[in-house]
Amino acid sequence: MSEPNEEQKRPAQDAAPPAASVPEVWRATAKEKEAAHAGASSRRTFLFKLALGLNGLVGVVFAVPILGFLLGPVLKKKGSYNSWVKLGTVGAFPPGETRLAEYINPVTSPSDGETAKTACWVRHADDGSFQVFAINCAHLGCPVRWFAQSQLFLCPCHGGAYYADGSRASGPPLRGLFEYEHRVDGDTLMIFAGQLPTLATEACRGKGPLVQVDPATVAQTKPSGPSAESDTRRSSWPA
Amino acid sequence: MAGLKQRAERLFQWFDRRTGLTEPVAEMAAHPTPASAASWWYVFGSAATVLLALQVITGILLALVYSPSASNAWPSLQYINHNLALGWFLRAVHGWGSDFMIAIVLIHMTQVFLFGAYKFPRELTWIVGVFLLLFTLGMAFTGQVLRFDQDAYWGLGIGASILSRVPLIGGPLVNLLLGGPIIAGSTLSRFFTLHVFIIPGLLLGFVGLHVWMVLRLGINEWPMPGRLVRKADYERNYQALTKEAGVPFVPDAAWKDAVFAAAIILAVMACAFFFGPFGPTGTPDPTIIQTAPKPDFPFLWIFAILAYLPPGLETPVLLIAPILIVGGLLLLPLVAGEGEKHWSRRPVAVLMVTTIALALAIFTRLGTHTPWSPIMDAWSSDPVPAEYIVHRTPLERRGALVFQEKQCRDCHSLDGVGGMRGPALDAVAARMTEDQIIRQVLQGGGNMPAYGKALSPSETEALTRFLMTLRGPGLRPAIDASQGLQPQNGSHPVVPATNAPSKP
Repeated sequence: MSEPNEEQKRPAQDAAPPAASVPEVWRATAKEKEAAHAGASSRRTFLFKLALGLNGLVGVVFAVPILGFLLGPVLKKKGSYNSWVKLGTVGAFPPGETRLAEYINPVTSPSDGETAKTACWVRHADDGSFQVFAINCAHLGCPVRWFAQSQLFLCPCHGGAYYADGSRASGPPLRGLFEYEHRVDGDTLMIFAGQLPTLATEACRGKGPLVQVDPATVAQTKPSGPSAESDTRRSSWPA
Repeated sequence: MAGLKQRAERLFQWFDRRTGLTEPVAEMAAHPTPASAASWWYVFGSAATVLLALQVITGILLALVYSPSASNAWPSLQYINHNLALGWFLRAVHGWGSDFMIAIVLIHMTQVFLFGAYKFPRELTWIVGVFLLLFTLGMAFTGQVLRFDQDAYWGLGIGASILSRVPLIGGPLVNLLLGGPIIAGSTLSRFFTLHVFIIPGLLLGFVGLHVWMVLRLGINEWPMPGRLVRKADYERNYQALTKEAGVPFVPDAAWKDAVFAAAIILAVMACAFFFGPFGPTGTPDPTIIQTAPKPDFPFLWIFAILAYLPPGLETPVLLIAPILIVGGLLLLPLVAGEGEKHWSRRPVAVLMVTTIALALAIFTRLGTHTPWSPIMDAWSSDPVPAEYIVHRTPLERRGALVFQEKQCRDCHSLDGVGGMRGPALDAVAARMTEDQIIRQVLQGGGNMPAYGKALSPSETEALTRFLMTLRGPGLRPAIDASQGLQPQNGSHPVVPATNAPSKP
């Protein structure tokens, strides 16, 4: 334990260390002195700047994999997440009814668990045509629920309402429900899906940009909805 | 005994010789503060720091068990709640600590604003503080996501929907937020990273900077009307103030901070003990759609505003308002860095605080009650009150059935029970004529869907008959203004159109 001694000596040392008291062995050697004074400081400044530049360069190179990894989910081509997914047999969706269906998302990761599943509403119209709607409200993405009795989709979050053909009925949504592109392959109903439908991505390929719609214009212009439905709605209004 | 004391002293010296910290720390602790600032109003900043420490400690403890994977997060929370000794209590302390921290940070900010403490030379302290508020809110939101339940899942959907409204880069931003095309495993992982590494790192760093600047610039003096802040002489005046009437921060001011810190930790623990942890609610299974997602308390006001904004204004407000609010907060000390500090001479400041506090309170309250949301099961669970059915014709009673069956009740209340999205219908026939009711039901309008295709003619007839019986006590039925001077049904007296209590 040499520490206590060290502590006791401390005040004397700190007070005023006279240069002469530095032992000979601690004096800078000629070589050390030469190293300290040789080479103008501008050379070392230059070398330091060079080293900084080198680090900057290394930083830029290293930024490539960092950004590439970080932006991986973003750099995918638009729509490349989507692929054709089986929803079930046509028989599972009786004509005239709208039923909840679910599928496993085509793009998954090992830890997804239940969240790999996605739900959607399948409407098999009386005329035999299908419509597949996203579960997500076009307002803020909450899950809409189908009420067969009043033929409405209602959103629990802010009360957005949609008609049976997915067109906007009332509430804060700016548009009708997002609709998946679908096809019937033999007796299998398939949809083109894989990405959370939002106002930016939508559920369908090649859909137009966001437009403000009101129920009346949807009924007249929406080409995908069975026209019979729209006509019924209009003609049943009393004159 | 003396030997032991000496030994401890020597050990302390050993460390101090190497760290050299004793002197600067003692200096910092004893730095002079204006005697007026040793006030109970000045305890909120230190309380926020203490709460941050509480959150860090409880957070680390929870991280020992929590599993940040979408497939296991929810079960691991259940495990903490039910299988681990005192696991529920630690989750509760962490949850309540978060709410307390936001509240204290907001109170601290209000106090600093009303006392003019953001003015010269403490502008940057305020700006760093604004970032601390944003980080605190960021911790609250990401923390809510880590409680990976139904609310968290659909809350992420709401976040994604808001981001998707950004022009041009909305789509990529959504993918960046979710870490993939959907809300799933990668989403939870990145929110875990944000909540546990990135934001806490920033938070601790900024808190250090914030406290450093408070020490360097001194604690704001208690404002006095007429003591104007001028860049030219403020620092000299402040030095004079602390020289003439300064007290060492420790212990003269710090004892109040310490007492309040203890009280606030006790309060958090009491809330945790009596009210328990937050959730988790149902499993994050996207196919279970019987849910009414709602954000946590600190964000309810945003949820409410989103319900009340006109649809066309929503995107501009969502994208521009946050920039204006944060920009305004950041620019405040640069724009108003000099002048009067005392609240009695800053009426606009007082008015702003009152208005903002009231608005937040009202919207938060509305967010707890969500009167705009349909009650999804009112149609099947809330019976039509008996007095609305007695002495009614069979057709009118059939109408009451249609009323329930067609989910009208989800949005319209009877006798105070049912949805509040549409108007209560207890006296609908007193403000609408039969024709108006039929038109409204079939065609919709206002904020009501059209029921034309969901009702058969006979159902419409029955429903209208029933609604016509809902007149309220002592009210006359609404009449068509254009026929106001003609006798109605023979039985009613002639009512001048101007007296009709009808609403178009």
